[in-house]
Amino acid sequence: MLSCSNQYVFFFSLCRKYTAISSHNQRQSGSASSPAAAPQRLPFSRVTVEDLTFFRKTLPGRAITDPDLVQSSNEDWLKSVRGSSEVLLRPQTTQEVSQILSYCQSRNLAVNPQGGNTGLVGGSVPVYDEIILSTSLMNNILSFDKISGILTCQAGCVLENLSLYLEERDYIMPLDLGAKGSCQIGGNVATNAGGLRLLRYGSLRGTVLGLEVVLADGQVLDCLSTLRKDNTGYDLKQLFIGSEGTLGVITAVSILCPRKPKSVNVVFLGCETFDQLLKSFQLCKGMLGEILSAFEFLDSECMRLLNTHLKLANPISDCPFYIVIETSGSDSDHDSQKLHNFLEEAMTSLLVTDGTVATEESKIKTLWSMRERVTEALTHDGFTYKYDISLPVERIYQLVTDMRQHLGERARSVVGYGHVGDGNLHLNITSSAKDPALLASIEPFIYEWTAKFQGSISAEHGLGLKKRNYIYYSKSRPTVAVMGKMKTLLDPKGILNPYKTLPDDLK
Amino acid sequence: MSGRVLVGVKRVIDYAVKIRVKADNTGVVTDGVKHSMNPFCEIAVEEAVKLKEKKLVKEVVAVSCGPQQSQETIRTALAMGADRGIHVEVSGKDYETLGPLQVSKIMAALAKKEDAQLIILGKQAIDDDCNQTGQMTAALLDWPQGTFASEVTLDGDKIKVVREIDGGLETIKINTPAVLTADLRLNTPRYATLPNIMKAKKKKIANVKPADLGVNLTSRLEVLKVEDPPQRQAGMKVETVEDLVGKLKEAGKV
Repeated sequence: MLSCSNQYVFFFSLCRKYTAISSHNQRQSGSASSPAAAPQRLPFSRVTVEDLTFFRKTLPGRAITDPDLVQSSNEDWLKSVRGSSEVLLRPQTTQEVSQILSYCQSRNLAVNPQGGNTGLVGGSVPVYDEIILSTSLMNNILSFDKISGILTCQAGCVLENLSLYLEERDYIMPLDLGAKGSCQIGGNVATNAGGLRLLRYGSLRGTVLGLEVVLADGQVLDCLSTLRKDNTGYDLKQLFIGSEGTLGVITAVSILCPRKPKSVNVVFLGCETFDQLLKSFQLCKGMLGEILSAFEFLDSECMRLLNTHLKLANPISDCPFYIVIETSGSDSDHDSQKLHNFLEEAMTSLLVTDGTVATEESKIKTLWSMRERVTEALTHDGFTYKYDISLPVERIYQLVTDMRQHLGERARSVVGYGHVGDGNLHLNITSSAKDPALLASIEPFIYEWTAKFQGSISAEHGLGLKKRNYIYYSKSRPTVAVMGKMKTLLDPKGILNPYKTLPDDLK
Repeated sequence: MSGRVLVGVKRVIDYAVKIRVKADNTGVVTDGVKHSMNPFCEIAVEEAVKLKEKKLVKEVVAVSCGPQQSQETIRTALAMGADRGIHVEVSGKDYETLGPLQVSKIMAALAKKEDAQLIILGKQAIDDDCNQTGQMTAALLDWPQGTFASEVTLDGDKIKVVREIDGGLETIKINTPAVLTADLRLNTPRYATLPNIMKAKKKKIANVKPADLGVNLTSRLEVLKVEDPPQRQAGMKVETVEDLVGKLKEAGKV
């Protein structure tokens, strides 16, 4: 691990490498000298008329060049980064993806694989004129085994649609996140998305049983196994999970799904201090243990934004911290009893000062929206700087208070919320407009703070464009060097999602 | 004056659930389906609890007619602030045919037995959409009724009710005792907070049988068939105005 002083020197050397951004019209999340800004355009080929002819022949009616239609795919959900791609391709089959990639590699054309475009680190949109390869039309469910709960589907299936399909068959997806209405399973896998259920069902690295991936040269790698246990050789799919579209394009996924719980309860609690919140978490794990399916928190600043921008009323009285607890079990009587005992204990020992419980579907949705819609509320508060940090659980809120003190009046709002049960903090800072001076105060302060406690500078959002150069705060140089070797092995021309995930100094 | 309010709370299929018709078309699937308190009944409970908090009434009694599970609905009302509950046990065939006429007879009998000053009900249930129980109850008791209430003000022994009607808002003044039915904009029901949920466990729910109240549950209605509404046909896109006119002519519309 680099020591603090080495990291400091490294940061300055990075700054000196950046010259003015090219004249392509783009908005970057950082200033010209920030490590988050894009590097110079690499010498890929540019799209020609012949290329368009090939695309149109391969994908009749689905090779889009109309600027109005391509526009929305050039910009991310946060409206923080924008590329200048002129071509949007929408394959329907793995074979078509294979043909496209094979052609692009031979022509040295860069490709930006895109799912639901809900990523938060600028990884899902082009930086320059990379061809956008959208999986949106690859939305078929291929099979579902009712006994094992194994679902096989194309990468472009929207997460919420998969959930609805499974719920009718008494199963659920093992992951759930606020973006579920738009995000696609291929993108979820490519970013190793975490979400609200990770506490109970684990990460995609455990629940994904197989993948079908198209490599940069067009070769189709069929690792679409549906076996729970298979120790025959290296587990290649793990390479692609979380690779953010830089090692291959995922075209199909097979995933192990849990049974739909018969009894779901959601509790919304208020705590006076973060210490009490952590003690509630310990109590919760002890008394609810096997039925606990989510443990999330938000602070009073988040509640203020929900009240102000989304007109969502606080279900309980105002408290400094709020917890959302979800239990999922097979017997409502047993679960109610466990929950009742936990709540009684939490209240009598004064760990919790107020709270409410929901068992009805409609009320459950309302309570969950208090946590799930914080991201949306932030977009109404101004320009948002988003950070997704893993830390030892007891340190989580200290980062928020230290950041507030550090920034003082320069920021509009500084809020903390997230998957406290997984040690994952979402720290968000808003300002009235994009503010390079503010950004310079936030970074690298936040990354150095995180590195000091051996945390991760990106717990679940990934690195994408914005955080690629900060990788060294959480991974050593030798480790990153091996990553570079893997990239060269699988994508020798570097056409898959360039400028993302791996730091610039590897090239 | 007893200062007692009776609030009717009905256990219905939760409004967020997708309704499925039974294969034999005799009704909808209720087994294993999530149930909760009728949203308009929640508004009724909230209004009653508000009146008690303003010290305009002394006691709020939540009433539900149905099988064992109706007790959960009463517990929810208790957690919102009702003082005690009455569970009128109706199950099996009687429950399947239970409708506004039978419930209003029960409510009228209970109102007399409990010496109630006010009955507040939801304007209608979201499963049958009857919108009859409040009106029938008032008629059986020969009490005035303030239905579709969006605002209620107690004024001595009279009640001012603002009603939502087709033409706008109508304000009436009625004597007590009276029956009110709650409309959507009357209030926003509170979340049951933890301290109240804990307290509710200790509140009493009395068990009563319809026969004890001298009520005959025989229904005068027979359900012949329950079926899905017709499937919506997909629309069609056409390229030109001529095509559109052609298609309309084909369908005999022009």
